[in-house]
Amino acid sequence: MEHIPIKVAMVGQPNVGKSSLINSISDAHLHVGNFAGVTVEKMEVETRYCDEEGCCEYDITIVDLPGAYSLRDFTLEERVTRDFLLNEDYDLIIDVVDSTHLQRNLLLSAELLELGRKMIVVLNMNDEALKEGIEIDEKQLSVILGVPVIKTSAKTSEGLDELKRLIAEVYKKQETDSKIVYSDFIEEEIEHLVRFFSERHYKSDIPLRHLAIRLLKEDTAIYRKMHEEPIWIELLPVLREALEHIYLHTGKKDIEEIFNDEHFAFAKGAKMEAMSTKSMRAHNLTQKIDNLLIHPYLGIPIFLFFMWALFQLTFTLGALPMEWIGATFDWMADLSKELLGESALSSLVADGILSGVGAVVSFLPNIVILFLGIAFLETTGYMARVAFLLDGFFHKFGLHGKSFIPLVTGFGCTVPAYMAARTLKSRSDRMITLFILGFMSCSARIPIYVLFAGAFFSRDDAGNILFLIYIGGALLGLVAAKILRMTAFKGEDDPFVMEMPKYRMPSLKLIYHVVYGQAKDYLNKAGTFILMASILIWFASNYPKNPQLEALYQQKIERSFSQEEKQSLQAQLQSKKMQESYLGIVGRFSEPFFAPLGMDWKMGVALETGLAAKEVVVSTLGVLYSLGEDIDEENSSLQESLKKNISLPAAVAFIVFVMLYIPCFASMAVFVREAGGWRYLGYLFLMTTAVAWSLSFIAYNSVKLFL
Amino acid sequence: MKLTELKQGEEAVIVNIDANSELRNRLLSFGLAAGERLSVKGHSLAKQTIEIEIDGTLIALRREEADKIEVKRP
Repeated sequence: MEHIPIKVAMVGQPNVGKSSLINSISDAHLHVGNFAGVTVEKMEVETRYCDEEGCCEYDITIVDLPGAYSLRDFTLEERVTRDFLLNEDYDLIIDVVDSTHLQRNLLLSAELLELGRKMIVVLNMNDEALKEGIEIDEKQLSVILGVPVIKTSAKTSEGLDELKRLIAEVYKKQETDSKIVYSDFIEEEIEHLVRFFSERHYKSDIPLRHLAIRLLKEDTAIYRKMHEEPIWIELLPVLREALEHIYLHTGKKDIEEIFNDEHFAFAKGAKMEAMSTKSMRAHNLTQKIDNLLIHPYLGIPIFLFFMWALFQLTFTLGALPMEWIGATFDWMADLSKELLGESALSSLVADGILSGVGAVVSFLPNIVILFLGIAFLETTGYMARVAFLLDGFFHKFGLHGKSFIPLVTGFGCTVPAYMAARTLKSRSDRMITLFILGFMSCSARIPIYVLFAGAFFSRDDAGNILFLIYIGGALLGLVAAKILRMTAFKGEDDPFVMEMPKYRMPSLKLIYHVVYGQAKDYLNKAGTFILMASILIWFASNYPKNPQLEALYQQKIERSFSQEEKQSLQAQLQSKKMQESYLGIVGRFSEPFFAPLGMDWKMGVALETGLAAKEVVVSTLGVLYSLGEDIDEENSSLQESLKKNISLPAAVAFIVFVMLYIPCFASMAVFVREAGGWRYLGYLFLMTTAVAWSLSFIAYNSVKLFL
Repeated sequence: MKLTELKQGEEAVIVNIDANSELRNRLLSFGLAAGERLSVKGHSLAKQTIEIEIDGTLIALRREEADKIEVKRP
């Protein structure tokens, strides 16, 4: 049997249910990835269709292009879609249209029709349209557009098999009959140009009508091509005259605007002819919900409640599986030590790889719950309302209403927060958000805060200190955003024009795919990046070995009688080893950097290892302050030891530094990907370190003065 | 009159959009063009953002953008 591959580009405006449509193609195989070079998600789906007559099998690949309101506007997503449609290789376009917003969607269809490719228009969400009393005559619409039109519904699977049949049928056609009819004065000029070409028997690889339209639209690519050809000499005056006529007729000199108006008129006309509204039962429910959720006074408190609930869920519900994962990794570490014996290899596996990767993997439950919640809020249409509520406040600080989603996520973990910044369309908005995200204290910093607040402040004050830390970080983030907006990312002030989608119950399948993709991403990173970082840190803190020192202590330990003495000797050995390790060497080297902040080399090293992950800071402090490795924030003897060795101003400086400097290796890797280049990581590193250092310097000196 | 002068629930027809071509294109893709009918559905505190309905679609606009849209009562 013959196999014929067909590649389909699926296009549509945002919120038309493209993803749901793709997900409800029953025998589909999904591939999720990114478009080359950008962080825009690319979803591909493979399915089969068997032609009964000829019995040849079609292997249909559908590429789900990012939602685009138009091919003109250059948001990142729209650019990806446009570039794909113009430059990539595909057989036909499926234009997914929301039946309940026909006119606006047909505007995009008009632009797609002008591409002159084979095309199918899919009237999606037909069931919703019927409920709202909207009826569309798809045959009539098909006549107007010149391409097949089919009604579907992802919810009821209506029309999905028919769609596959149509794909095969359209694929077999020689060329498209797609047409868009312009006003008479433009049609005249098109006809004129077509006649000009056919009289000269001009051989074109695209239909002459499309050639004429693209010339009139001043399409740069086609001008470049025609410029190379002899016919250009004759064409030029004809074309100039045609454009003059159009300008004269419209009284406008902007050809883009003229064609935009044409598209608008076309879309409106097509809607009038093909659609009939029986009754206006339009989104009463949405209106009712909106009256409450975007209420000028109640809206924000309600939103804050949702966020609070989400974080409660994330951290309480996530805590249990987190413990299990932690315990599993501990068990694996013990097991590997048992199996491999006490050797460098077992230390690498247990202390390096398993503890490092384990710490990261144990956050997976939190991340899944957080993303589940965010995906839910987003697919129901609520996030658009939040952006609406907060834009006024955020705009004052140079941020966009939508920045709130990543900023809130940042209190949980900076890694998913960086990824959540993708929802921002304008590059400067996205960059500013990415740059200030690290100031939102992530959950991995909590152990450090608890340790220090407990050591240096009374129990009653500790809670307030924690609150201050969070609020302080957030406020500083806003100030930093304002400064960045005024200096580095002046850029265009992205207009806030946003569709507020109707409230919808999201399909479980869709949410599953979103969350699954994020979780897989996260685990991938733990398996590659964190793995390498863990090995590196392990190596730097264990080498070079000093056998003499170890032998000396071994003897002492053997000679000692009490268990306590043995333990303290063991701890001393650890501390000595650490001093001589590469990490210790680095610590001494960087001592002058931390000295003005009142910190010794040990605190410096703790901060440096904290670059890998904030969880490491506490265990490093534990090792360096001679207490062995089993240290956690509850360990009061470490708190005592810190109190003895560190002055209060230095402790405050330390907290401030932890609050503000770069979160961890994992976040750096993600930042590079999301910001689009290593050099931005350089800027981020410089910025956060400079801010952390100077504020920590100020904190140190003012506390000293105050005492 | 400006779009921002309308009260919640009021209907109006767009007379003119006085914006640069980028914003005008964006508004056009949402169905906002001269001659179209819209209604104001809601607003946030101090009218910093405004929600309008046009051709069955709900659209959020920032005050600055809404100020560029001239409307008249039908």
